[in-house]
Amino acid sequence: MAVVSASTTFRGYRRDNGRVGVRNHVVILPVDDISNAAVEAVANNIKGTIAIPHPYGRLQFGEDLELHFRTLIGTGCNPNVAAVIVIGIEEGWTKRVVDGIAATGKPVMGFSIELHGDHDTIMRASKAAKELVHYATALERVECPISDLWVSTKCGESDTTSGCGGNPTVGNAFDKLYTLGSTLVFGETSEITGGEHIVAARCANDAVRERFMFMFDRYQDMINRWKTSDLSESQPTKGNIAGGLTTIEEKAMGNIQKIGKFCKVDGVLDKAEMPTGKGLWFMDSSSAAAEMVTLCAASGFAVHFFPTGQGNVIGNPILPVIKICANPRTVRTMSEHIDVDTSGLLQREMDLDQAGDKLLECMLATANGRWTAAETLGHREFVLTRLFESA
Amino acid sequence: MIHAVLHEAKDTVAVAVVEGIKAGTDLNAWIMDDDKIIHVKAIQDIPIGHKVALKDMKTGDTIFKYGEDIGKVVADIKTGEHAHVHNIKTKRW
Repeated sequence: MAVVSASTTFRGYRRDNGRVGVRNHVVILPVDDISNAAVEAVANNIKGTIAIPHPYGRLQFGEDLELHFRTLIGTGCNPNVAAVIVIGIEEGWTKRVVDGIAATGKPVMGFSIELHGDHDTIMRASKAAKELVHYATALERVECPISDLWVSTKCGESDTTSGCGGNPTVGNAFDKLYTLGSTLVFGETSEITGGEHIVAARCANDAVRERFMFMFDRYQDMINRWKTSDLSESQPTKGNIAGGLTTIEEKAMGNIQKIGKFCKVDGVLDKAEMPTGKGLWFMDSSSAAAEMVTLCAASGFAVHFFPTGQGNVIGNPILPVIKICANPRTVRTMSEHIDVDTSGLLQREMDLDQAGDKLLECMLATANGRWTAAETLGHREFVLTRLFESA
Repeated sequence: MIHAVLHEAKDTVAVAVVEGIKAGTDLNAWIMDDDKIIHVKAIQDIPIGHKVALKDMKTGDTIFKYGEDIGKVVADIKTGEHAHVHNIKTKRW
């Protein structure tokens, strides 16, 4: 019997805007680097909160600043987040982040440090955070249809087993979820290089294809502007090469296995943009694991599929990251990081359909509340994508 | 036992999926798309995840994997040899 069908449900947190989360975080979010200390102090004071420190937010401008706000606001808006405390050095940009998150209807409060100092800010924000934890912990999970679960994917520290086993497992699960009306995303723009014709052929119509090629060419232009070599050891990474991947074309063909055999690419997103409908979306994004997963969380995705070959250990503060691995050596040497072992695929001990179902079983357990390996190990990588220098 | 896998019959390289393949080992290589087994003898050690050449190839030839072009040969490769960054390069960037 299929693991997922139209009647499959999971127990999630339905937010005021209709979106469904699988976690119930109270986030303490800094607008900028110099507010990290206050944010961490509040999270230390009030149990059940999570600080998300980061190194940016000062003197950014233009498109880079827009992306910064879009990522912070998107993180607060993510349905895995119940409520948010925002702390910034000054009032204006703090309010901009608060107002963006408030549009979801969830509780959000902002505090600015200037004219108060850290002590007073930490005290007031801690009192507010305590009330938000009471609010969040009183919320209950409710029965939700499978189509309400938004699922993202990005692979990392890939090797050749990723393309043969880990990524096709995600592709099989994506094909099954797609037919049930799920909202799905993939990206990693540089990592399509050599397989762009395949993604273009999968686009649902000419407008989507044109937008995809615009994003693809924009990324190629950026690489051509800055490169000093053929990118070997960066893309593919040194770890990819150690794992047997030789060229970007080979890596791209492996990457593309994640979109399965049948899914159409229904739309294209810029970094940290939210999908406006069901189906499979391509998001322009870095291929660096923490950057891409941070963008998926900011776009509103609730569960992440992360196939790895050599053993990338990434997690995210608010988005549960499920690790899938088909490399028997990695499964043996790094077992604490792997949620779904599909190494049997490469010995014909399981078929792709069974591997996809194994991943979907793990997805449902995760959606119902079971922690992933990365969550138990405390991996909370939050990495903002930067487009250019600060002013 | 499956020692190596390839995606399509057209592929000119296969991926080692077991540890410790030594030079001289007769490899069972599984063509996943056709569910067929072919045989090749490794003439060098092939680490897990690394590629073994399925035919003789000359400098300038295209390497096929997934039935697609994944790069060019930059040093001649013999059947059964280790095929990687020392004899294959990207055609992009």
